[in-house]
Amino acid sequence: MYEFDFAKPASIADAAKALAADGAQALSGGQTLIPTMKARLASPSVLVSLTGIPEMKGVCMADDGLSVGAATIHATVAIEAAKTYPALARLAGGIGDPAVRNRGTLGGSLANNDPSACYPAAVLGSGATVHTNKRKIKADDYFKGMFTTALDDGEFIISVTFPVPQKAAYVKFDQPASRFALTAVFVAKYAGGVRVAVTGAAENGVFRWAEAEKALADNFSASAIAGLNVPSKGMIGDLHGTPAYRANLVKVLTGRAVSAA
Amino acid sequence: MPKDSGIGASSKRREDVRFLTGRGRYTADIQLHGQTYAAFARSTYAHARIVSIDTSAAEAMEGVLAVFTGADFAAVGGNPAGWLIQSRNGEAMKEPKRPVLAHGKVRHVGDAYAAVIAETVEIARSAVEALDVVFEELPAIVDMAAAVADSTNRVHDEIADNICYDWGWIEDNRAAVDAAFKSAPHVTSLKLINNRLVPNAMEPRASIGVYDPGTEDYKLYTTSQNPHLTRLLVAAFVMGIPEHKLNVIAPDVGGGFGSKIYHYGEEALVLAASRRIGRPVKWVADRSEAFLTDAHGRDHVTTIELASDKQGNFLALRTETLANVGAYLSNFATVTPTFLHGTLMAGPYKTPLVYVNVKTVFTNTAPVDAYRGAGRPEATYSIERVVDKMCRELGLDPVAVRRQNFIQPDQFPYTTPVALVYDTGNYQATLDKVIDLGDFAGFESRRAKSAKAGKLRGLGLSTWIEACGIAPSALVGALGARVGLYDAATVRVNPTGNISVMVGAHSHGQGHETVFAQIVADKLGIPEANVDIVHGDTSKIPFGMGSYGSRSLAVCGSAMDRALDKVIAKGKKIAAHMLEASEGDIVFEDGKFSVTGTDKAKTFGEIAFSAYVPHNYPLETLEPGLEETAFYDPANFTYPAGAYACEVEVDPDTGRVEIASFTCADDFGNVMNPMIVEGQVHGGVAQGIGQALLEGCTYDDNGQLLSGSYMDYTMPRADDLPMYTVDHSCITPCTHNPLGVKGCGEAGAIGSPPAVVNAVIDALQRGGHTRVTHIDMPLTPSRVWAAINA
Repeated sequence: MYEFDFAKPASIADAAKALAADGAQALSGGQTLIPTMKARLASPSVLVSLTGIPEMKGVCMADDGLSVGAATIHATVAIEAAKTYPALARLAGGIGDPAVRNRGTLGGSLANNDPSACYPAAVLGSGATVHTNKRKIKADDYFKGMFTTALDDGEFIISVTFPVPQKAAYVKFDQPASRFALTAVFVAKYAGGVRVAVTGAAENGVFRWAEAEKALADNFSASAIAGLNVPSKGMIGDLHGTPAYRANLVKVLTGRAVSAA
Repeated sequence: MPKDSGIGASSKRREDVRFLTGRGRYTADIQLHGQTYAAFARSTYAHARIVSIDTSAAEAMEGVLAVFTGADFAAVGGNPAGWLIQSRNGEAMKEPKRPVLAHGKVRHVGDAYAAVIAETVEIARSAVEALDVVFEELPAIVDMAAAVADSTNRVHDEIADNICYDWGWIEDNRAAVDAAFKSAPHVTSLKLINNRLVPNAMEPRASIGVYDPGTEDYKLYTTSQNPHLTRLLVAAFVMGIPEHKLNVIAPDVGGGFGSKIYHYGEEALVLAASRRIGRPVKWVADRSEAFLTDAHGRDHVTTIELASDKQGNFLALRTETLANVGAYLSNFATVTPTFLHGTLMAGPYKTPLVYVNVKTVFTNTAPVDAYRGAGRPEATYSIERVVDKMCRELGLDPVAVRRQNFIQPDQFPYTTPVALVYDTGNYQATLDKVIDLGDFAGFESRRAKSAKAGKLRGLGLSTWIEACGIAPSALVGALGARVGLYDAATVRVNPTGNISVMVGAHSHGQGHETVFAQIVADKLGIPEANVDIVHGDTSKIPFGMGSYGSRSLAVCGSAMDRALDKVIAKGKKIAAHMLEASEGDIVFEDGKFSVTGTDKAKTFGEIAFSAYVPHNYPLETLEPGLEETAFYDPANFTYPAGAYACEVEVDPDTGRVEIASFTCADDFGNVMNPMIVEGQVHGGVAQGIGQALLEGCTYDDNGQLLSGSYMDYTMPRADDLPMYTVDHSCITPCTHNPLGVKGCGEAGAIGSPPAVVNAVIDALQRGGHTRVTHIDMPLTPSRVWAAINA
């Protein structure tokens, strides 16, 4: 690890100011950033911790859904969302291991947008809204591809509001080594329709499977997607699975998520 | 009633108290006055010529004390191979020099070509980044078949075909084996890969070099499984330090699995650096360095053929193997695919004709050497897979076929066609046991239940044998070994009657401190707490060969047993004098020396005290003191054997394999501590299941290690593994060591992979996927799904 300065602002305004400095890097739970720095693959001159700001923490019901502060750790979401949005709580409770769940945060996961992370599936699958220090961003506009988001320089997430569905489930197939999602599917049924979000599978990161959403809107059962096919073009191929394998998992896991919802 | 102490008791592992409470003292824990730190510059190319290295910027950095490159070691010796193998044509193997630091060329990603010594680790690492190096990249040689075929692209410029040797075993049998195949009613062939593995000891390698300019003595603290061998290699071959001026200490060591048997260049570097700067030099590998530079395991590509009659009686077996040794010869890289592999190709069967061919190949990958099981898992996997395939082809029952081909209990000692002499065994007994404990009778109803849940259930069997406690020295010497394979122990009885035993074996997690003390206590009739086992420090222990190859108890334990016999014999002489009886009338029992037929007796403690305070002592005929050393060179290997059964459930939609149950019936001879034996089997089977389903070390075509971290290299975790059923009640004691013991440390890793793969193939076959006759390890979900959908 190279040397760096450290700041832990107590307000959103102070955080914005600190992040404006040259070479500044936002730090949340550090579950990706710190190992990257230890491997000398990142060398920010100042780390700005976003975990000391009270309004960025906690889970509560808001007008437009369940609001989760960006600096809320996964373990807290797993407990506090259990009654209001059980599928989200279960997703949070299945990220990484206990050490990761007690450090890693929602905001950190979304800002990083790892193509195999769990949270992007819940945010896109719920049609959530990302609240930043500058604006509100709809989930459909937020994810811009692998490790890329709509966040501008100096912009950071304050909270995310999740509209609570009638039914939902997240089914994750573990990448055996990292236990990230080799492929995982979040299915949510709302009065206005069904959303199906897939993570881990595609080179461009989390995406909605529109065909399945349409089929499930008419008939919310696993059999509704039996005739659909997922093309393997654009799917990730690596040590752990070919594009064809991931395409198969998208369909299998979507069916299982519908059954579990 | 199980015993509560001594031989056969499940005494709790005394070393675990310090390990589990953070009081273990590993090399990285040792902090010396004035200590400095080494960091290594490691190649990011698989294969490149070093055009130039400019060290001036690094040397100018504040806190940098010294910079070394390969040129600094051009004059010293290389790290040698421990075993010379002859090719089929009688030529000696190719033995390229393995330098301390790469010089001229780098030959694998992670190959160290320079080192910086600095006041802190961070400065040392930054100085490594400040080295100005010009490389000329060369094409990487990764695939073994391509390496052998292309004589223009060479890992070592002087070795044209990248082949270390082309070995035949036994060459004289080749024609007879080929003839048997020509006339055989049935031949089953199978091409399979024994996947490359990264050892992943919990503690990464670490070394501290200390030079004392006053005495000109060197001290090396290092993560070694065999400190004396490391001392011999560093002193006599690599550095030219007189052996008596080098003390090697391997303190608590957090696992090795083979990877810490060998001497590595980092050990020589810290010693040389300490000598140059006059301060201790410490290096602790990070996990990435461990992935890139610890000697890997396995990596064989084998074609195996089994000739049989239509009833499944084996007539002949032959194999052709390409074995990867990586870029350099690690110390035992040459013996692992040959004498630890080819000689096991008879398995537990009376196959009359066997021929094994192994070509060992240099590639631009990390060195490959012995890893838990070392050659024997490769042999067992090949045999048990081809036997399984033959049963399917002929529609025969895999249990019955194994039974009809087993060496029978009355045939021991049994000389195999690949030159081993099995001293004893009863393979039927362990097979019967596993059928019973694994409830084979209930399999069909379990399968039907799985089918209802949409899962494919399969049952796989493996009946295995291994050879461990490699010996005797005279034989291995005739076969090319450059070392002896005895071991040694000194039993020092202290004046107050408690005991220190200095052993040549090295414990890096196995539990020697507990088990060896149990044997001493049992034999001398004293409490286990009165015995301490000392190991790992060449200045304290007799010259021993360390621990690997499941040898500690069978070889070093036997040496200790012999030393204890000497202690008792001397005790009898002392007792005879004190009790005014003749030596022949003294019996030693339950910790007492007594005159037979009388109540006259002296306790062990009284005898010990008398030996050191010899006021009433036969000084004219007997030396004072009570300390005895024995060296023990075994007459033969020991041959543990057993039967393993694995049941799996396969999810046909995702290809995911879940181990439903795993049952082991082992014959380890006499068992000293059943709990520790069970733990060894658990760990071995976990590694075997890891190899079968999870672990795959993978290089890309450019020689980059794709599975270079735990993000991509799958270690088995608790939830990947079932609750095991383990039995070791089938016992045929080893006939040639005094304790009647066989090795147990590697068994689990040797016997389990074919059981798992046979189970998965069985599940797919029963599920109607009859075209799937083989899948290469690791059987990841993606591979299993692809096989189903091919």
